[in-house]
Amino acid sequence: MLTDFVGVIIDGTSYGAMLFVIALGLSITLGLMGFVNLAHTAVAMFGGYFLVTLVNQLAWPFFVSVAVVVVAIALASLVLERVVYAPFYRATALDQSLLTFGLMLMAGGIVHYFWGSSQQAVRVPEYLEGRWYLGDLSISKYRLMLLGTGMALLALLNWGLDSTRLGAMIRASVDNQRIAASMGIPVKRVFMIAFAIGSGLAALGGALGAEVLGLDPAFATRTLVLCLLVVVLGGAGSVNGTFFAAMLLGICDIGSKYYVPEFGAFMIYVLMAVVLLYRPQGLYSLVARRRAA
Amino acid sequence: MNGSPLRPLLDRSRWRAPEFVFWALIIAAFFLFPDYRSLGAQVLVTGIFALSLDMLLGYAGIVTLGHAAFFGVGAFTAGWLGKYGWHEPVSALAIAAAVAACAGALGSRLVVRGTDLSRLMVTLAIGLVLYEAANKATAVTGGIDGLQGIEFAPLLGLFPFDLMGSTAYVYAAIVAFVTLYLVRRLVHSPYGLSLHATRMNRRRALAVGIDDGRTLAISYIVSAAVAGIAGALTTQITQFITIDALGFGRSADILIIAALGGVGYLYGGFIGALVFVVGRDLLSGISPAYWHFWLGLLLVLTIFFARGGIMGTAARLARRLAQRETQR
Repeated sequence: MLTDFVGVIIDGTSYGAMLFVIALGLSITLGLMGFVNLAHTAVAMFGGYFLVTLVNQLAWPFFVSVAVVVVAIALASLVLERVVYAPFYRATALDQSLLTFGLMLMAGGIVHYFWGSSQQAVRVPEYLEGRWYLGDLSISKYRLMLLGTGMALLALLNWGLDSTRLGAMIRASVDNQRIAASMGIPVKRVFMIAFAIGSGLAALGGALGAEVLGLDPAFATRTLVLCLLVVVLGGAGSVNGTFFAAMLLGICDIGSKYYVPEFGAFMIYVLMAVVLLYRPQGLYSLVARRRAA
Repeated sequence: MNGSPLRPLLDRSRWRAPEFVFWALIIAAFFLFPDYRSLGAQVLVTGIFALSLDMLLGYAGIVTLGHAAFFGVGAFTAGWLGKYGWHEPVSALAIAAAVAACAGALGSRLVVRGTDLSRLMVTLAIGLVLYEAANKATAVTGGIDGLQGIEFAPLLGLFPFDLMGSTAYVYAAIVAFVTLYLVRRLVHSPYGLSLHATRMNRRRALAVGIDDGRTLAISYIVSAAVAGIAGALTTQITQFITIDALGFGRSADILIIAALGGVGYLYGGFIGALVFVVGRDLLSGISPAYWHFWLGLLLVLTIFFARGGIMGTAARLARRLAQRETQR
């Protein structure tokens, strides 16, 4: 009974940790620019697929490949941001969602073309395979690594936002873009950097989380829904909010699938509906404030 | 009425030549392409669904990712009616519209509050909750296998639904005309003007005495009813319905259709539906897996180079031509 519970918590939190890493970039783009980037999870999907190619086909070491994938995608996203997204920062939410939705559909097609429609699995290094046993309790090493990565990133991002110059500039730009610009903060460049970081994190989440989230051409659509839920629950632009929402969602989802399988994914949507019913504005306080300014 | 202050408003609501051409083409298509009447009916029904979305996107300014919810409610209402003994199609259509409107009224409370972004999420959530509910209630909805044994009596007791799709086409065309006429009246009515004002600037609309929440809620309810009509029509024409009707894919497709056609013109949805349904019929025959890739590309190109979709581009061209005429 207790071991089951601990298992659910471990699975739920490691799942949540990956959602956190992927959803964070989405939350930043929404919070910073009020830009609806539905193609964000497509970036994570490419992270997963590139890792599959590097590790399985070229036989590169696992963590070297992860690093290469993250850096490559972060750099590529800078081009995407300048060429495709930048002209649409002032466009309506409808145009933004349609543009990025189109990109997401294209990403699904591209992935299908190069990697096929079947589910892909990354070859996990031996030292991460298997489980640790503590009495009756068994914990997957890989999932523990995911959870550790999520925690480490949470600490790193909090430190970065609180104590670095870039972090202060990001916070200022989220709070009030116009005042930040008038104080001499290069808002455009700050946003570019934040966007690249967000995309790199998404690639990391997709690469590491492919194991838990399942990697196939429908990855982007499926995770988009989950990430939007995370952003809705956590509030756009907030690191800690995103983290707690992702954890809550991860535990609820795994827990409801384990204890009440007949409800399936229903639980998390009900959770979202309830939160939205009682705090429709509060969740978006950041964005609303920026729009009003 | 010359010189009356109402003149510009009356001009806006006047029937124009291209509209007559549009309906004439719909009648002509029945005789010109007898082999494609089934496909034509599908285009018309999709057009009605897109029209319901156009009301929200183009007139109320609400972006929704979950409009299939109301399409599905209408479709299943008609399905259950047909399955459990109510075989008369026209009244079933009306009942389905009413049920969808009630569902819309329930959802509208959540939707009219908040910003564009939170609406995006709320509508997505409404769609997903309904889909999951239907998915779990397999006994009632038939799940992914679909609801079987739906039967409808001949239309008006005279015209049975045939395999050629002739009855379906005429039925869909008449329903399309009636819904478009009613929606057209609505958006050009004083209520439509207050909706326009609310979309343009919610605060100022409030300042001139428009109840913004109520205005948006009404548009959401009417839109839900029209989507319900489209859903019920689909059920009646195909005599079959699966929970796909409620799915996210359906919501996304219809958003794309409305955007391709152009929002805020009422007719854009029908033109988008024509491009979409015919395109899918042609392209998915060649490479079904990559149909979504081409669709995505088309969408991106539309947003980049032809903002406002087909109707928007046509309107721009027409304006430019008119300008050239006056300069001459």
